Amino acid sequence: MEVLFAITIGVLVACSVYLMLSNHLLRFIFGLVLISNAANLTIFVAGRLTDGAPPLIPEGADAPIGFAANALPQALVLTAIVIGFGLFAFAIVLVFRAWTTLHSLTPDEMRLAEPEEAHK
Amino acid sequence: MSWLLALPIAIPFLTAVATFLTRDRPAGRWISILGSAILLFASIALMNAVLREGVVAGQMGGWAAPFGITLVADLLSAVMVLITAIVAVAVSIYALADVDKKMERLGYHALFNMLIAGVVGAFVTGDLFNLYVWFEVMLIASFGLLVLGGRPEQIDGGVKYVALNLVSTIMFLTGIGLLYGMTGTLNMADLASAVDDADQRLLTVVAVLFMIAFGVKAAVFPLFFWLPASYHTPAFAVSAVFAGLLTKVGVYALMRMFTLVFDHDTAFTHTILLWIAGFTMVVGVLGAAAQSDMRKILSFHIVSQIGYMILGLALLTPLAIVGAVFYLVHHIVVKANLFLIAGVTQRIAGGTELSKIGGLYKSAPFLAILFVIPAFSLAGFPPLSGFWAKLLLVKAALDAQGWIIAGIALAVGLLTIYSMTKIWAQAFWEPHPDGIEPKLSLLSNRDRAAFLLPIAGLALMTVIIGIMPEPFVRFAEASAAQLLDPTAYIAAVLGEQP
Repeated sequence: MEVLFAITIGVLVACSVYLMLSNHLLRFIFGLVLISNAANLTIFVAGRLTDGAPPLIPEGADAPIGFAANALPQALVLTAIVIGFGLFAFAIVLVFRAWTTLHSLTPDEMRLAEPEEAHK
Repeated sequence: MSWLLALPIAIPFLTAVATFLTRDRPAGRWISILGSAILLFASIALMNAVLREGVVAGQMGGWAAPFGITLVADLLSAVMVLITAIVAVAVSIYALADVDKKMERLGYHALFNMLIAGVVGAFVTGDLFNLYVWFEVMLIASFGLLVLGGRPEQIDGGVKYVALNLVSTIMFLTGIGLLYGMTGTLNMADLASAVDDADQRLLTVVAVLFMIAFGVKAAVFPLFFWLPASYHTPAFAVSAVFAGLLTKVGVYALMRMFTLVFDHDTAFTHTILLWIAGFTMVVGVLGAAAQSDMRKILSFHIVSQIGYMILGLALLTPLAIVGAVFYLVHHIVVKANLFLIAGVTQRIAGGTELSKIGGLYKSAPFLAILFVIPAFSLAGFPPLSGFWAKLLLVKAALDAQGWIIAGIALAVGLLTIYSMTKIWAQAFWEPHPDGIEPKLSLLSNRDRAAFLLPIAGLALMTVIIGIMPEPFVRFAEASAAQLLDPTAYIAAVLGEQP
């Protein structure tokens, strides 16, 4: 199971690096979305995968009886997903604004804040 | 004790909510100042507690460490919170004159206070995942502040800032995941001992991942390119608080993690840091020399100065850490102040591009004096604060027989003087090319007070640290001792260990 996840994470990272290295901002954002999911999966696998052992505490007890899945990575991943969602929503709006004000999504052409003739 | 730790986070949050609700009214800016002032009192109380009782720790929600989220303040955290509060007060007063109604209506004060909450949270948390959350709070607030107003240059700078910082965030998250997988804990004090049982080679890999993630935040070579691309674009109040605080959160995180957790293979990790320090100093200062806009010069100097702090961390001797802590505090005050002064220059002389302004010395001598203090402190002139900071670090480098790095640190100091005299000569000494006399009386009385009060206050702090460095150095020594021997830190978080 871990191997399968490891391969998935690897493929996701490879795809996202390919996307992020292309000379287009929207592809860069898509790459970021993919790689953030790869990071989330990494956290998930880091908590060890267990099969069919929900971390439920029986009534009257203080801790789950016997073997139970690790609930912490799920909480961490959930937090990371929510934060990531907010960040990407902002990033996509920003890219849209860049398109409407700068009329370009090619990073090489975006030199307004750092004009080349500054080095005189 | 935990309310003392939670207050510095809660106050800016509440202020943010209050200022958001009053964003259409002038009351908002006064609430922002009031909130910053209360934050200052809270951080003084925290500092008092830490000075009196040593490391202060609190478990949020009553869940014992390492299971709950820990807030913890040692001397370094406490002084960083205090200096954050001082900068917050200064910038919120300055914003009275610098931030216009349009930006206020878009929620400038709410974003500003949210940023302060994120910065303070990052300084007092004792949990790695919680640190990630504070980084994000800070990051999203800084995104908003950076593009507020929406001028095309801001959008352009913002894209680069957002893109590179998001990459660093994901690196950080991956590092957290791997570290958790190896040790099963995310509490920093618990990690300090838990990493001993982990695979040491894998741990080094994770350490480098963290180094890259925090390195982007701290703007070290070769990861700093987002900084000079964006810091000269937003409002002056915004770039002052960014320049003062944001990169320093990265430096703080590096100092915390690479003294507490990743001290297993210092021959490898701290050697990398030493190279980074050298390159950061040199590249930053050379980049500054090539610029001709006041804010761009100052932005590159942030990069160069970060190198000094990393140098202190990389040497990892007691004296070097003392130097790094001293430098951190001195630098926040000086750098924020220089950006504030650039804002006044823009207002009275009509720009920050050096070839288009001038005559400030003749017509605004008071501003000239206020500029000289932080500028020459930055360059390391005695008896200003920067001199002692550089002296400590160079001495530490010489003691560790790092002749080359000590030489680099001194040479970079000289080049810093070159940049500062360039600003001095062109903006202050030479006459204005359009024949304007940039007098301070061009400003309304209210604006003048709001501009000059925080600048003079911060300049006074620079002079005080410079003239009476001894209590500050002694404080830095105590703080460095805590960093290098984290027993007290760990005991405060986890309780007494057997």
